[in-house]
Amino acid sequence: MLGKGVVGGGGGTKAPKPSFVSYVRPEEIHTNEKEVTEKEVTLHLLPGEQLLCEASTVLKYVQEDSCQHGVYGRLVCTDFKIAFLGDDESALDNDETQFKNKVIGENDITLHCVDQIYGVFDEKKKTLFGQLKKYPEKLIIHCKDLRVFQFCLRYTKEEEVKRIVSGIIHHTQAPKLLKRLFLFSYATAAQNNTVTDPKNHTVMFDTLKDWCWELERTKGNMKYKAVSVNEGYKVCERLPAYFVVPTPLPEENVQRFQGHGIPIWCWSCHNGSALLKMSALPKEQDDGILQIQKSFLDGIYKTIHRPPYEIVKTEDLSSNFLSLQEIQTAYSKFKQLFLIDNSTEFWDTDIKWFSLLESSSWLDIIRRCLKKAIEITECMEAQNMNVLLLEENASDLCCLISSLVQLMMDPHCRTRIGFQSLIQKEWVMGGHCFLDRCNHLRQNDKEEHQRQLSLPLTQSKSSPKRGFFREETDHLIKNLLGKRISKLINSSDELQDNFREFYDSWHSKSTDYHGLLLPHIEGPELKVWAQRYLRWIPEAQILGGGQVATLSKLLEMMEEVQSLQEKIDERHHSQQAPQAEAPCLLRNSARLSSLFPFALLQRHSSKPVLPTSGWKALGDEDDLAKREDEFVDLGDV
Amino acid sequence: MASASTSKYNSHSLENESIKRTSRDGVNRDLTEAVPRLPGETLITDKEVIYICPFNGPIKGRVYITNYRLYLRSLETDSSLILDVPLGVISRIEKMGGATSRGENSYGLDITCKDMRNLRFALKQEGHSRRDMFEILTRYAFPLAHSLPLFAFLNEEKFNVDGWTVYNPVEEYRRQGLPNHHWRITFINKCYELCDTYPALLVVPYRASDDDLRRVATFRSRNRIPVLSWIHPENKTVIVRCSQPLVGMSGKRNKDDEKYLDVIRETNKQISKLTIYDARPSVNAVANKATGGGYESDDAYHNAELFFLDIHNIHVMRESLKKVKDIVYPNVEESHWLSSLESTHWLEHIKLVLTGAIQVADKVSSGKSSVLVHCSDGWDRTAQLTSLAMLMLDSFYRSIEGFEILVQKEWISFGHKFASRIGHGDKNHTDADRSPIFLQFIDCVWQMSKQFPTAFEFNEQFLIIILDHLYSCRFGTFLFNCESARERQKVTERTVSLWSLINSNKEKFKNPFYTKEINRVLYPVASMRHLELWVNYYIRWNPRIKQQQPNPVEQRYMELLALRDEYIKRLEELQLANSAKLSDPPTSPSSPSQMMPHVQTHF
Repeated sequence: MLGKGVVGGGGGTKAPKPSFVSYVRPEEIHTNEKEVTEKEVTLHLLPGEQLLCEASTVLKYVQEDSCQHGVYGRLVCTDFKIAFLGDDESALDNDETQFKNKVIGENDITLHCVDQIYGVFDEKKKTLFGQLKKYPEKLIIHCKDLRVFQFCLRYTKEEEVKRIVSGIIHHTQAPKLLKRLFLFSYATAAQNNTVTDPKNHTVMFDTLKDWCWELERTKGNMKYKAVSVNEGYKVCERLPAYFVVPTPLPEENVQRFQGHGIPIWCWSCHNGSALLKMSALPKEQDDGILQIQKSFLDGIYKTIHRPPYEIVKTEDLSSNFLSLQEIQTAYSKFKQLFLIDNSTEFWDTDIKWFSLLESSSWLDIIRRCLKKAIEITECMEAQNMNVLLLEENASDLCCLISSLVQLMMDPHCRTRIGFQSLIQKEWVMGGHCFLDRCNHLRQNDKEEHQRQLSLPLTQSKSSPKRGFFREETDHLIKNLLGKRISKLINSSDELQDNFREFYDSWHSKSTDYHGLLLPHIEGPELKVWAQRYLRWIPEAQILGGGQVATLSKLLEMMEEVQSLQEKIDERHHSQQAPQAEAPCLLRNSARLSSLFPFALLQRHSSKPVLPTSGWKALGDEDDLAKREDEFVDLGDV
Repeated sequence: MASASTSKYNSHSLENESIKRTSRDGVNRDLTEAVPRLPGETLITDKEVIYICPFNGPIKGRVYITNYRLYLRSLETDSSLILDVPLGVISRIEKMGGATSRGENSYGLDITCKDMRNLRFALKQEGHSRRDMFEILTRYAFPLAHSLPLFAFLNEEKFNVDGWTVYNPVEEYRRQGLPNHHWRITFINKCYELCDTYPALLVVPYRASDDDLRRVATFRSRNRIPVLSWIHPENKTVIVRCSQPLVGMSGKRNKDDEKYLDVIRETNKQISKLTIYDARPSVNAVANKATGGGYESDDAYHNAELFFLDIHNIHVMRESLKKVKDIVYPNVEESHWLSSLESTHWLEHIKLVLTGAIQVADKVSSGKSSVLVHCSDGWDRTAQLTSLAMLMLDSFYRSIEGFEILVQKEWISFGHKFASRIGHGDKNHTDADRSPIFLQFIDCVWQMSKQFPTAFEFNEQFLIIILDHLYSCRFGTFLFNCESARERQKVTERTVSLWSLINSNKEKFKNPFYTKEINRVLYPVASMRHLELWVNYYIRWNPRIKQQQPNPVEQRYMELLALRDEYIKRLEELQLANSAKLSDPPTSPSSPSQMMPHVQTHF
């Protein structure tokens, strides 16, 4: 099925076993060559963006019907992105451009999105970094959003190859100064303060008012107060300027250990119980200091253990839960499953897909996060207890667990605005070290700081796009996720029983009280979030199928109901002008692909994708496999 | 497991589901009566037992055994548990514990069912109650061993639709545009003389005479000659099915068979080759030569291209399903769910069957080549491949009646050996002839409906009820191995069709998202990344792994549908009212919209 023509190979030199096979047939390249000069796509630069280097006659590989072919164009690198300017973009029809990203084009890779760069030398794939002695024939870029780009440099001038390859390597790998991040030059150049609609905006939690509003919304203002003790970050840079603490807590306590050891309010439940977080006091050897710390903490606990406060249960996330290292390791393995160079690789890994998935442990980590959040939800909802999350800096697992709990318990967090506000409250204001965890400044020595912490969160929900949010979240949380008592978590039997009873009871009742939403966490219910992880893989797309098929039916029906409603209104107010038509989201929805809106950018015919890899040995079933269906000798007929 | 505490929460346990199911099935139930009964069903006995529920612990109850079902009602006040199990699903009954058994509930019966569950009952040691129950159950669950009729022959249910009229081969072939000038209908098998496992009516090449057919039959295993299953409405390529050629060790050839395949090839002028898909792994096809079978060699069939599809035999499939049961019942394998699932190979087999069917469909549709499909006998893997390919190619089969016709045609009439594969009323649970081939086909259909949620008129319940009655023996639909046997037993006169039940309750089995699209070819993606274990079937007995029914999107859609209908009605009323007072001057606008339920647009 696949063309076996191999591009390159360097004349007569016989390469050892190739680790990379290209499927572009040489004749395809030459037929396309004529068009090179005809179509010139202009580079779109953002305000403040600068072109750094470029190379022409670069061939970008495009996957189509399990064959690859090439498109010629220019490869450029700016201080914001790597972009390929070919002629395939112009072919997009209306439907496809409807959901186009206006800032980052189909062939744009922002510098921060680059995960790994590989070069192909004599059919061998090698990681590229630092100064190169030899330049590759082919460049493969793996992106953090799981796209894979392949550029053939065989037809590019040597000078340009050197410039573009070293340019890309430098600008995506060399350590960066904070002030050199593109965002700053953009902000200076753009100067475009858009006014947000006040009734429809994300709460930023950067004012005292925002916190008071949140306290009021959750009726937490009876027992908790917003404080401005850290205004101007006088006390601590890690904490937001404004935050919320128990009302009787003296403000000077906050200053005592630079905000450590202080119970900080996250959210209040309808029954008055609250979710709190606390960063641990610094570890000390000195007995005297330890004594001081102990008496300080005693004072704190006395404050929050006394009525009107509920009984407090402390969850130590640093010692009893996942480590950041575990999450990082699992994600590194997991993402590799989706960074697929070609069709052969896709089908080769398909046969052992489930064991590969299991060995990454990613779904197990998701399960443990969800389970922890359900346990906490149970404490608050069923036992009316306060839960205090404890972590070294209260800015990693605290963010994760606290936002999951709120998503389960607070329907407001499941709206688009509510979710954005939640991210702002728990992650941005919560002091999650995005710069370190995502390694935006590319400090190699700080590798251990890179954790994909926010990913477990988004795996259990969907990105807040296009107003699909609530349905998708419901769906993901309710259907994608599953349960089980992990042997890895040390909890008392009693706790397990409570959890079990609460979980089973919620799932066996059809009514949901107070908007509570618990995900299923059983093995068979926990699945890969296909729309995120499989979205760039052409083999994985179901043309005209997938969840989006039902969602678009739903939207069509909503439009129909709305227009009927308007007609009825019109009949009643005959002189009133008819309202503007509701914006049509998904016209011609019949042929959307399962990976909509991402995979629309891939061209596809109606040819089916066929697995190419063979059958795995059956092992102990070999004897059976050799048997005949019926035990009748057909000998002499 | 804390049985008492969980049971009080499990208002949605499957046992209760079964109440719903029976009433949905249109069973007349007198609520004052202890056990629901179908017309023709008689109560045989009842016993007090302890039902050892694997999810909620032991529950005291009374079990009623009729000639159709085992019915258990809880005698405990805090449990409303009900079990309603057709005796047809029973595969094996074992006594557990002996006279010396100690320990609570260790003496009783363990019943293995064909639908992925076991039922355990503890009985008192005194008074021979176990012996009685064992004997009665054995007698009525395995009537064939006791010279008793299957319940389907006693069932006196009446429905307002006659399911036996759903499939009429002449009509179905006419729908496909047959006969035409290349293909004719032959009655050569009217009395099942040519082939006793084929239907009476066959479609064959116009240019092949009945004598030709008889000669070809001598060279095909069990005389199952190549006949037409489906013809493409536009390019006129066909799917033809048959059994393996009788090549044998010596590599026998048969000029008539070779000529016949060439005649089939020539009905399609677009391509010079006939494509043959042998469903088996090539090693098995080669090995089959030793027992007189084989495959079409290049030397003998110049104008044919042969491909092997690597689908394993019935024994491999049976073992694979056994392994699935091991990891899902009674408890779902927890610590290594994914690798356990992989080790059953079940989804891998599904993948291969789907892949084969995609290849058949694609060859016919875009390869514009006629296709011949066979395995060994052409009644297991062949039926899977032709029916799935037809489902992909022809949207008619994706409707409720179309699917019934597909099953009736490709499976029932073409002699899939339901009686042997399922073992209806037969006590020999270790019979090597048993195999979940039809279940595997339904699973493939479910996988397709998951990938294309708007393409099928029927819902998941439809597929589940088909599987439930595949075993139940309440209907005659799946009884016996072939059409000739069914005719001898006068099945259509003496039993009720499953389609009667379904078609008189059609609304329950409809997919609200169904969008009818003619001429749309559906190609599922046969990748493990998309294949899923059918939780709502294989793990349905476990109350913890119950998926939301209906799912939130479907629920929302149903609400909108209701709202739309209401608005349309209102609009009609308003139009009527307006035309009535057309002469009246317009009155000042009131605020009627406030009284109307407005649609919520947030998502």
